Amino acid sequence: MRLQRRTFLKLSVAGAASAAVAMPPPAAAQDVTDAERLGVLVDTTKCIGCRACEAACSEVNHLPEPAEAGDRAVLDTDRTPTTTAYTVVRHAGTNASGEDRFVKRQCMHCVEPACASACLVRALEKTAQGPVRYNADRCLGCRYCMVACPFGVPQFEYEKAVPYVKKCSFCIERQAQGLEPACTSICPTGALTFGNRNALIEEAKTRIYQNPDRYVHHIYGEHEVGGTSWMYITDVRFDQLGLPGGLGTAPAAGYAQDALSGVPVVMTVGPALLMGLYRFASRRDEVAGDRVAAEDHHV
Amino acid sequence: MSDTALTVPTTGSSWFTEKILMGATPREYARSLVTPFNLFAAVVLLAGAVAIIYRFIYGLGAVTNLSQVNAWGIWKGLNVITGVALGAGGYTLAAAVYILGLKEYRPVVRIGVLAGFLGYSFAVVGLLIDIGQPWRIPYPLVYSFGVTSVLFEVAWCMCLYLTVLILEFSPAVYEWLGWRGIRERTLHLSVGFVAFGVILSSMHQPSLGALFLMAPSKLHPLWYSQYLPTMFFVSSAVSGLTMVIAVSTLARWGMRDAFSPSLLARLPHLSLGLGRGAALLLFAYLFLKLQALIDGHHIDLLATGWGAWYLLEVIGFVAAPCLLMAYGSHHARLGLVRVAAFWALAGIILNRMNVSVIALNWNVADRYYPSTGEWLIAGALLMVAIVAFRWVCYRMPVLFDHPEFEAH
Repeated sequence: MRLQRRTFLKLSVAGAASAAVAMPPPAAAQDVTDAERLGVLVDTTKCIGCRACEAACSEVNHLPEPAEAGDRAVLDTDRTPTTTAYTVVRHAGTNASGEDRFVKRQCMHCVEPACASACLVRALEKTAQGPVRYNADRCLGCRYCMVACPFGVPQFEYEKAVPYVKKCSFCIERQAQGLEPACTSICPTGALTFGNRNALIEEAKTRIYQNPDRYVHHIYGEHEVGGTSWMYITDVRFDQLGLPGGLGTAPAAGYAQDALSGVPVVMTVGPALLMGLYRFASRRDEVAGDRVAAEDHHV
Repeated sequence: MSDTALTVPTTGSSWFTEKILMGATPREYARSLVTPFNLFAAVVLLAGAVAIIYRFIYGLGAVTNLSQVNAWGIWKGLNVITGVALGAGGYTLAAAVYILGLKEYRPVVRIGVLAGFLGYSFAVVGLLIDIGQPWRIPYPLVYSFGVTSVLFEVAWCMCLYLTVLILEFSPAVYEWLGWRGIRERTLHLSVGFVAFGVILSSMHQPSLGALFLMAPSKLHPLWYSQYLPTMFFVSSAVSGLTMVIAVSTLARWGMRDAFSPSLLARLPHLSLGLGRGAALLLFAYLFLKLQALIDGHHIDLLATGWGAWYLLEVIGFVAAPCLLMAYGSHHARLGLVRVAAFWALAGIILNRMNVSVIALNWNVADRYYPSTGEWLIAGALLMVAIVAFRWVCYRMPVLFDHPEFEAH
């Protein structure tokens, strides 16, 4: 049971080497400056609940026709995106003057997405311009993205024997061809504006500034969880829209990075520390053994 | 195999008869298997097997109560998060004996390592049933590296540590098989494995807590804390020591004939010593809990229903077993130490379940309760671990020293 020093050193080197591999590289999203990032501004005061966005989404994603198309009663149900409907619109009550308000929900495409930071196989990845892409060919179906996402966006195909995660892709393929996302391109009322994220924030601020009595003075998504590509302005309470409150402005990814930052330390200090403890214990036993031997000799 | 036949003279018996049937004829062996416990085990395993087949044909939705909101259930919370915590006996005992030189605990190291191996296997098999596409399980190791993910670190550490546990336990297998050469070579390296195992454990045990740092809006504030990783690590060491007390107590009660008289005679003394260590660690854990509570600035929430549940965990299942363990080990009251060990383990199970299942998504209407199928499969996997423990301990030198080999 003697420690072979060479073995131990080899292990230490292996530990340090794997620590170097485990060091997280800077996220790809950092390569793009804020100025190039794209987004969508949702102005809920302009949405009439026509659900054209849902139909367009289903069409480009080859999904079934939206549930009860043409039936406005469905708007009053507590709808959230599903595995076969990546965006849904629902009734969000009325504003102070009694006008109906509607809200469209889909993936927020966070600036620093928790899901991508949580994914152990990079099946979810933040792309440079904005979309959070799902690479189905890598996904294990561990569903940690669903635990991590503060908006409850990733949807899992529980009913399938070979399941995948489904969510809005921000029409990443259309964007690559220079097209707008299907939903924003079809919106007839201007409730959805696609464009440069910084410019959209300016636009949102302008609308609020010019109509200070109408809008709530907040752009949901400007700072929430580090910012999102999809942002909302409204004249009703944000909790009426079903958007979670109290999320803070720090990206969830940061919490995990704090925990992971301990890895290289443990990998490099650990072997030396344990080797020291082992030598200490062995030496203690040797000294004890010498003393016993010496006493035996005297007798 | 031929040298085995030479060293163990038997009347015309094959290797199979000797090693697997323990010298009995197939008929005798089959008859010896018909016991009330084995019949119960068979029913549990059969039910679990049916549920597993059903799950793989019809998907997770057909067997589980998981939903889009509650994406993780007991196969993650109980099998993986709790199973790994309960498997901490391997690293704690091995570190105590091989690194810190507390050699008097050598007779119980293999109990810790075997319990650890079975705990991790319980976790890994549970994970394979839980994830959507288990055939892709090697992806994080060989194909696509999500280095920003805590789960990536956990996957690597668990894979490496399971290998370490196999290596740490392998000398017992070699002794059983009579393979001298490879046993010697393995033992020669064991301090290296042990050190590597301790390093891996000190990374993934806390990381299982760090997994939930990503969900600040979902985990109840009384449990959500930046100290989660530290608390998971300290409590895993508690779990390691108390698991060895608990498992040896159960084995002593259920399979006394697999023990050597010398281990049976030393077990009380060793259990008291482990109890002293566990009491000390439980104190540290209790104060960490207090620190996390104060630092979390949510003391007002103690007055709610969730607060009562939190206090039940901390006072009823950390402070109480801690005091009992301290009292029992100080006054050499073995019975109290054993009760305290089971009590502390119950507290660790409760803590892991609270963090990963019960207090997660506490604020949504759609609460998760495990389905019958989820319980059946988790129960069957636990039964596999118990049956495997018995099978191994009746054959391999875990609870006894092999007569032909000097102490490991």
